[in-house]
Formats: sequence, structure tokens, C-alpha cells
Amino acid sequence: MIEQVLQTLPQVLIDGLALGAVYAIVALGYTMVYGILELINFAHGEIFMTGAFVGTAILLTFSGLGWMASMPAILALLLVLIVTSVATGLLGMGIERVAYRPLRNAPKLITLITAIGISFLLQDIVRFITELKNGNYILTGPSLFSKQIGVKASAISSVFNDASVKSSFFIVLILAVIMMVALDFFVNKTKWGMAMRAVAQDRETAALMTVNVNKVIALTFFIGSALGGATGVLFAVQYGTIDPYIGFILGLKAFTAAVLGGIGNIRGAMFGGIMIGLLEMFAAANLPVVSHGILGAEYKDVFAFAILIIVLIFKPEGLFGKVSVEKV
Amino acid sequence: MDVKNLLSTIQANKRLQAIIVGLYIVVTFASLYLAQKSVIAFLLLLASLLLLYFTSFSNRVKWLVGGLVLVVLLPLAASQGEAYQSYMEVATLVGIYIAMALGLNIVVGLAGLLDLGFVAFFALGSYTYGIFATSQANNFMPFGHYPLSGESFWVFIFIGCLVAALFGVLLGIPVLRVKGDYLAIVTLGFGEIIRIIFNNLDKPVNITNGAMGLASVKPPELFGIQFMYPSQFYYIVLIILIAVIFAVRRLEYSKIGRAWKAVRENEIAAQAMGIHLVRTKLMAFAVGASFSGMMGVVFAAKQTFVDPTSFTLVESITILVMVILGGMGSVPGVILGAAIVTILNLQVLTELTNWLNQLSLSGVIHVPDALSPAKMQRFIFGIILILFALYRPQGLLPAKNPVFDEKDLKDTDSNHPMNTGVHKGGTQHVHLDS
Repeated sequence: MIEQVLQTLPQVLIDGLALGAVYAIVALGYTMVYGILELINFAHGEIFMTGAFVGTAILLTFSGLGWMASMPAILALLLVLIVTSVATGLLGMGIERVAYRPLRNAPKLITLITAIGISFLLQDIVRFITELKNGNYILTGPSLFSKQIGVKASAISSVFNDASVKSSFFIVLILAVIMMVALDFFVNKTKWGMAMRAVAQDRETAALMTVNVNKVIALTFFIGSALGGATGVLFAVQYGTIDPYIGFILGLKAFTAAVLGGIGNIRGAMFGGIMIGLLEMFAAANLPVVSHGILGAEYKDVFAFAILIIVLIFKPEGLFGKVSVEKV
Repeated sequence: MDVKNLLSTIQANKRLQAIIVGLYIVVTFASLYLAQKSVIAFLLLLASLLLLYFTSFSNRVKWLVGGLVLVVLLPLAASQGEAYQSYMEVATLVGIYIAMALGLNIVVGLAGLLDLGFVAFFALGSYTYGIFATSQANNFMPFGHYPLSGESFWVFIFIGCLVAALFGVLLGIPVLRVKGDYLAIVTLGFGEIIRIIFNNLDKPVNITNGAMGLASVKPPELFGIQFMYPSQFYYIVLIILIAVIFAVRRLEYSKIGRAWKAVRENEIAAQAMGIHLVRTKLMAFAVGASFSGMMGVVFAAKQTFVDPTSFTLVESITILVMVILGGMGSVPGVILGAAIVTILNLQVLTELTNWLNQLSLSGVIHVPDALSPAKMQRFIFGIILILFALYRPQGLLPAKNPVFDEKDLKDTDSNHPMNTGVHKGGTQHVHLDS
């Protein structure tokens, strides 16, 4: 049994890392918004999904116009990433302005309910547009970077099997790392980042210190949503097929990652995302093996939710979060 | 101004009200009786109940007239044509959803615990009956012979209720350590977990038959009569529904009901007033779940087929939409909300789709398939959730707290000095509710 687990380990690590990078960046959006507003932005998974669709639509238009041949694929991808992230960033800002800002002093449950509403709305609008243009709401993008590269893991030790990697894996990973490092720098080293941290710590005092709170919150939504949308594009490139309902469960898992890393903690969210990605791939590959076929790979989602529930119940502050004390 | 005047005269005059309601019922009854295919007449007849709600008769009269409409007039008017069973099907499902929404209303509306996995309890009820009323149970039960006879259905209504309540408590114990929006996420997770488990529990022992679902569930049977048609289920659902409404009304104003509201308003203050938080919340989960479980049993028997696709997250959100639309914590509101959403889902959207399809076929206008209203459920629910949360968080028929006139209570006190103790209880209400 151990042998089998070890044999698949290199492939599990590679797949888990790619998925984990996606979770990590989506988790950033949840954790930033929660840190600043104490609100679970349920619609964030849908912003990710919208990003995937916008990006794929642009890529399809490019190849339809024959532009893909005239420029290197990586340049096209960067262009698409920038356009998509601006679009989803504005979308996120708009959602905050319309649906969350009027309810900032309302009970939290009400805000959560609007968030669910927004999430349903986005799913259906995207489904509608795609189905109108495409005839079917499941969309397959042009395949970029689909070269398979073999990894000779058996050369390291004979217990491992060889693994294979799509070349998009490296692009996803590198871009994800760039995004995370850039965000970390932005939040910790720039003036706007300082304003964000100030608002997260104490909104009223920050306002007294001439921080424009509404602007900072809008900026937070812009950055979180832009990152989420860009990740959507990366997801579409890596996995090929997308549909309007991918955002919800993925968002939930990314939220799990944010909670695992301690919600509000940006580095924690990155770590949590990678962890959840690895664990999920590990579970998908090994649950049937370990349980002798009793538990199928379909239980990997149960696995992710179980982590969420266990963390929330026993360690709600997460691995790196601060324990919050409720004041009366 | 005229409309306002007219309304206030109607409000003041009971006889006028009686005439209007009576006339309305007669007209809609006649139009449904004569024009069989008219969905609008069917809906208008149902709407007479809403009209009845706004009249100022005593509760007893309202219940009697409402009962008359539901038990006699509606089935009689609908029974005249081919569409009979489809009308009754809609009416039955409306009843099932009303009971579920009332259950969720206890959890969300009264106790203030947002449960996004509520359909799980409905699934538990459905599978409880589904497994034992098909040969499925032979796979793992060491004794007994399955499927059980249709007469067991009546027992299973209570078993489904108990199983759901039990799971409500079991899920509640760990879940209640988290609060507010985290609770919502955790319940969502639990709902999905239960669905995935039902979807995969065909190995190692085939309990739920996995994604294939359980087919040909035994129909209920009483004194040798088999209940096969929606027109028969309609009466089962009606009886259960009346029991549920009665229970909810009694619970709302009971000690536990007031404790739920106190916990909703402020947990810490409620705790300081001596309310046992965990017990109160678990009660809310258990009671809410039990209604859902009961209706799950009925649903399984009615559909004669159970599979995991009936219990997705969208279903949970649909029930939540019913509660939000009607008004959190308001029993008449939730009934209205559930009726509107179910009818919208089952009748209005499908009828609109058919109509648009016909228009497209005859070439009047071309409506793309993507726009067909039957697919727009999420869009509509999303809009409802957002607009109501933003502009009318109290819902269509807001919850009302009973208002006690302090002076009035004191007067009765002096008139009946023997009853002081009882009425002091009454004055305390004023402090709690104001």
C-alpha cells in the first residue's frame, strides 16, 4: 500500500502544486476582504469563474482573428491576464459599491445573503452569455502550452514512478508566485498597503488618521477580484474546460484555505491554498488505495469540507491567525 | 387618495369584506371550473387565501373559510379536466415546500442561525423511506423482508421526522461552536458532504444505490387504498401542513420560541438572562429539521423515486429564498414566500417557456434557447435575494410581535385581583418585545 502511495507521489505533488497555487490566489481575495470588512465575500468564487470566461473569450477571439500566430503565446497570455484582471477588478469594485456598501452597518447575515444572491446572479449571467454565443455553456479554450514534459522521478529513487507535466504548469506556478510576491510587497511596503492594514485593524481610527476608508475598501475589492480573475484565466489555461458553476465549489475550497491559514492573514492564505491543493490531490489519488476501494475518489470534496469544518470547530483562528476575543 | 379611502372603508366594514372575499372565491372557482386550462384561474383561486389573510375576521372564521377553499373548492374546481393531476401536483409540492420553509424559518428566522445545508434533512427523510420501501434494504438489513408494505408509510412519517431531528442535533453539536457567517459555511459544507455521501454510498455495501437513485418506491396504502396520484397526496400533505403550522404557531409564542428570539437578538444578553444557549439552538435545529424530514418521506412516496440530484445546494438556497422573500420569522410571510417561489418555479416559468417556444415556432419573435425562463431560476433567485436584502429585509409580510397594552393589562389586573400573577407575566412581554 505504502509502495503504491509513494509511486504516485511525484505526480500528486505536481498536480497538487498547480491546484494549490490556484486555491492560494483565490484564497487571497477571501482573506483580504474578510480582514477588512469581516465579510465572507461569497461572490469571490464567481469572480474567479467570470475571469476564466472573460479570459477564454478573449483568447478565442484572438485565435479567431488569427493574432495568436503573429505573437508569442506567452505575450498573448500576459495581455489577456492584464485585460481580464482589470475587468474583474472593476466588477468586484462594482459589486462592493452596489451590494455591500449599503449594508455595511446591517447585520452580517443580511450581507451574506446578498453575497449569495450576487453569486447566483453572476453564474446565470455568464451561463446566459456563453450559451447565447456558443450554444452550450461548457466552454473549451484554445490549448496553449500543452506540451507534455516528462519528469524522471525514478532517477531520484526507484520507489517513485515517472510523472508528466504540462508546460502550462510552469507558467501557472511562476505567474502565481509573481502575483503573490507582488501582493505581499504591496500590502507590506507601500503607502496604500499600509492604509489597507490600518483599515483592517480599526476602521474608525484609520478614518480619523485621514485614511479614505471607502477608497481603501474599494481598492481591496479591486485587487482581490483582479487576482481572482487572473487566476481564473490561469485555471482555464491549465485545465482547458470551464463551466459557469466551477466557481462555487472552488471558492468554497479556497475559503477553506483562507480559514486554514488564519483568515485575514495574507501569507497564511497562500500557505493554506498550497496545503489544500496538495491534500486534495493526495486524497483523490490515494483514498481508493488506502481504503481498499471502499472510498472512491469522489470523496475528495468531502475531505476538503471536513478540513474546513474541523478547522472552524477546533481552531477557528487557523494556523497563523490571531485569536480574536469577543467584546461585549 | 380615493384608493386609500376605499381601502379604509373596506377595512372598517366586515360585511363588505365578506362580500368581496365571497365574490372573489366564487368568481375564481367558477372560472377554474369552466376554463380548465387556465393556470391563471388556478393561481387566482389560491390567492383567495391571501385575500382572506388580510380580512379582519376572527382567526376561526379565517381557518374555516381557508379550509373550505383548500379541502373542497380547489380540488373540486380543478378536477373537471385533464390538467387536474398537474394542478394537484403543484399544490402538493407547494405544501411540501411550505412545511420545509417553515422549518428553515425556525432556524434562520427565529433562532437567527443561517443554515445553508438545510436540504440535507429533506434528503435524510426521503432516503429513510426510500431505502425501506424498496428492496434496497435487503442489501444490508440482517432481518426482515423488504420492501415494507405501503401501510408502513404512516409510521415512516414519524420515523423520518425523528431521524431528521436526530441528525439535526448530531450536526448541531459540533456546528454550534462556530457563530454567524462561519456557521453558514459549515452548514453548507455539511449539506454537501451528506449529498456526496448519498451519491457514493453504493459501496462497500449498497445502501443508497449511488447516483442511480432508488426507483419504484412503494406508494402509501391505507385500508387497502393505494395513494398513487397527486390528488391523493394533496390531502396527506394538507393534513401534515396544518399540523406543522399549528405547531409552529404554538412554538413561536412558547417559552422556547421566546428564547429563540432572544438568542437571535443578542446571544450574550440571552445567556445572561439564563437561557441555555446550546440547548436552545439544538432545539431550533431539531425542530426545523424534523419538519423537513417528514416532508422528505412524503416527497419520496410521491415521486416514487429518490436520487441525490434532488438535494443540491440550489435547493437549500431556494428554501432560503422562500424565507427571505416572505419575511424572516413571520409564519404567514414564509407561507406566502414558499407558495410564490414554488409556483414561480413549477408553473409560471414553465408556462412562460412554453409560450415563448410557441411564439418562436410560429415565427412571431425569436427567443434564443439560452433565455428560456425555465433556465433563469438562479438569476431570479439572485435578484430576489439582493433586492430584498437591500430594500426590504423584513420581507413581504413582516413578522409581528404581539403588542400588549400596558394600561389594558393593569385594568384587568384591578378587575380580577385573583389573577395578578398571570398578568404580571403579560407585562413582562412588553419589556421583552419593546
